[in-house]
Amino acid sequence: MSESLRYIQAVNAALTWALDTRTDTVYFGEDVALPGGPFGATKGLHKRFGSDRIFDTPISETGFLGMALGSAMTGLRPIAEIMYADFSFVAMDQIVNQIATIRYSSGGRWKAPLVIRMQQGYSPGACAQHSHSPEAYFAHTPGLRVALPSTPDDAYQMLRTAVTSDDPVVVAEARMLYPTKGPVRTDAPVEPVGGARVVREGTDATVVAWSRMVPAALAAAGTLAEEGIETEVIDLRWLNPLDFDTVGASVSRTGRLVVAHEANLTGGFGAEIAARAADECFADLRAPVARVATPDVPMPAAPALQKAVVPEAAHVVEAVRRTVRR
Amino acid sequence: MGLPDDYRAMARIRRFEERLAALKDDGEIPGSIHLCNGQEAIPVGAARALRDGDHVTATYRGHGWALARGVDMAGLFAEMMGRDSAVNGGRAASPYLSDPSRWFMGENSIVGAGVPIATGAALTAQRTGSGAVSVVTIGDGAMNQGNVHEAINLAAVLDLPLVVVVENNVYSEMSRIEDMVRIRQLAERAAGYGIPGRVVDGNDADAVADALTEAVTRAREGSGPSIVEAMTERLVGHYSGDVQHYRPAGEIASAREREPLARIRAAADAELTARLDAVDAEVEAEVEAAVTAAREVPYPDPATVKEHVYV
Repeated sequence: MSESLRYIQAVNAALTWALDTRTDTVYFGEDVALPGGPFGATKGLHKRFGSDRIFDTPISETGFLGMALGSAMTGLRPIAEIMYADFSFVAMDQIVNQIATIRYSSGGRWKAPLVIRMQQGYSPGACAQHSHSPEAYFAHTPGLRVALPSTPDDAYQMLRTAVTSDDPVVVAEARMLYPTKGPVRTDAPVEPVGGARVVREGTDATVVAWSRMVPAALAAAGTLAEEGIETEVIDLRWLNPLDFDTVGASVSRTGRLVVAHEANLTGGFGAEIAARAADECFADLRAPVARVATPDVPMPAAPALQKAVVPEAAHVVEAVRRTVRR
Repeated sequence: MGLPDDYRAMARIRRFEERLAALKDDGEIPGSIHLCNGQEAIPVGAARALRDGDHVTATYRGHGWALARGVDMAGLFAEMMGRDSAVNGGRAASPYLSDPSRWFMGENSIVGAGVPIATGAALTAQRTGSGAVSVVTIGDGAMNQGNVHEAINLAAVLDLPLVVVVENNVYSEMSRIEDMVRIRQLAERAAGYGIPGRVVDGNDADAVADALTEAVTRAREGSGPSIVEAMTERLVGHYSGDVQHYRPAGEIASAREREPLARIRAAADAELTARLDAVDAEVEAEVEAAVTAAREVPYPDPATVKEHVYV
């Protein structure tokens, strides 16, 4: 069975599924219960499941992420919502020092089956503190799983996967994709963690993207096809676990690699993909790996300035052209 | 309960810490250790208020809490020696060890970070109706951390079964707490959260047990969190290499007259003194046996270093 849903509706459907089928799931965060979340992700859930299962917290990200950890260690399966990914920085101790380390540092004696749900990326007029794409920080941290769904179906499937994972999972959604509509397989079995996906096949170059840059890369591939350049597009989906096998297999066929993300360039996860490609695909590469990213500036708020830095399909087109011509 | 039992429990902690310091000097303990000499009455008194299933979350100065909660002594020594201990397999060592089988959520090397985590254990207790209580211990310095503020307020608004024990040992690491706050007692802050706060003599296990029993009972009944500030003094440095040049002359000698074991000794008649001596001898034998057992534990296999990052 498949329903046509907007991305944000798919999130809501996955959370409904989680609260409905898993009695050990609780959901909390800022303005998530009575208000239903600023984007409607939790709309209707409080009415249906009540305050025992979904409740509002004070504006205390450190406090409630720590609460997520302690409750996960003692038997609940909490989903904690960070309203904007930018706000995760005030709680980095709980994410990096606590949530990510407890299993390892206890010698495997505790587990922390929790989900940190957030949404990220720029939107017109949003300032630097509401526009971060912090996925590289989380992917850098051993002990965390990192999911970045790019479609309504993945928003549904990957969030359900995260809820059933026994490891802590950061699910970072793309706010700009919330209105996009697509088929969602609401009766699909829950998928295991991980797995990149080839979303368009091509022979001349591989573009690896995630989150908002996946639709941008697909649009770019359409433009490039008109020029006779066949681009393979991979939606990386999970930065941890990283499915580099899918990337490497593609690069072995195309010989060219472009990585596209909205996060700024330096130290972005694209650098990791480029390094892996250098390690594992050196003999296959016929051109240097190209990266498409926001330049190293804090995100400006004015749309005229954002337009000057935010990567779009045109940047991917230009990078692929440059790579293919070398 | 009563004098000899509490004395034994406190003497075990004291002797454990003293032995640990010697092992550190001998090079058998890698890394930094933070000892709780002088503060033993707090975990021992608190333990009397707790039952199986109640979680305890501690700080890096938490060996006493681990022992009071029943974590295996030989396992603790082995863990701190960097061996493949049954506690945490050598991955935690002195400042971050934990034991789920004893409901010991763990120490924490980040000041104050245990309070949000303990709040989570309290949430589980509340949502599952288990009747359990979550006790978290922090030092005086942690009261200036934002994580503590966030978590206490969170526990207060959710009426969670949490008890925050503040071990006020005068020093916030190596600086006097009186220079770091503008209030006389840290428990005064409880009023700001709309919860009870109480100050007790932290060198008196009975006083600690009474205060904890009141707070734990309140929490168990669903009436929410509270703060107990236990006044004590550190007989040793902040960490193993701390020469404590910042402490006034005579301060530690004076504290030695007030510390919990000395206090019991000072009040003991000849008959009780003899009993306490016997307890000391038994504790000494127990600690030595634990050290011997710990030395038998092999070092962890380096081939296992990547195990347990994920489930």
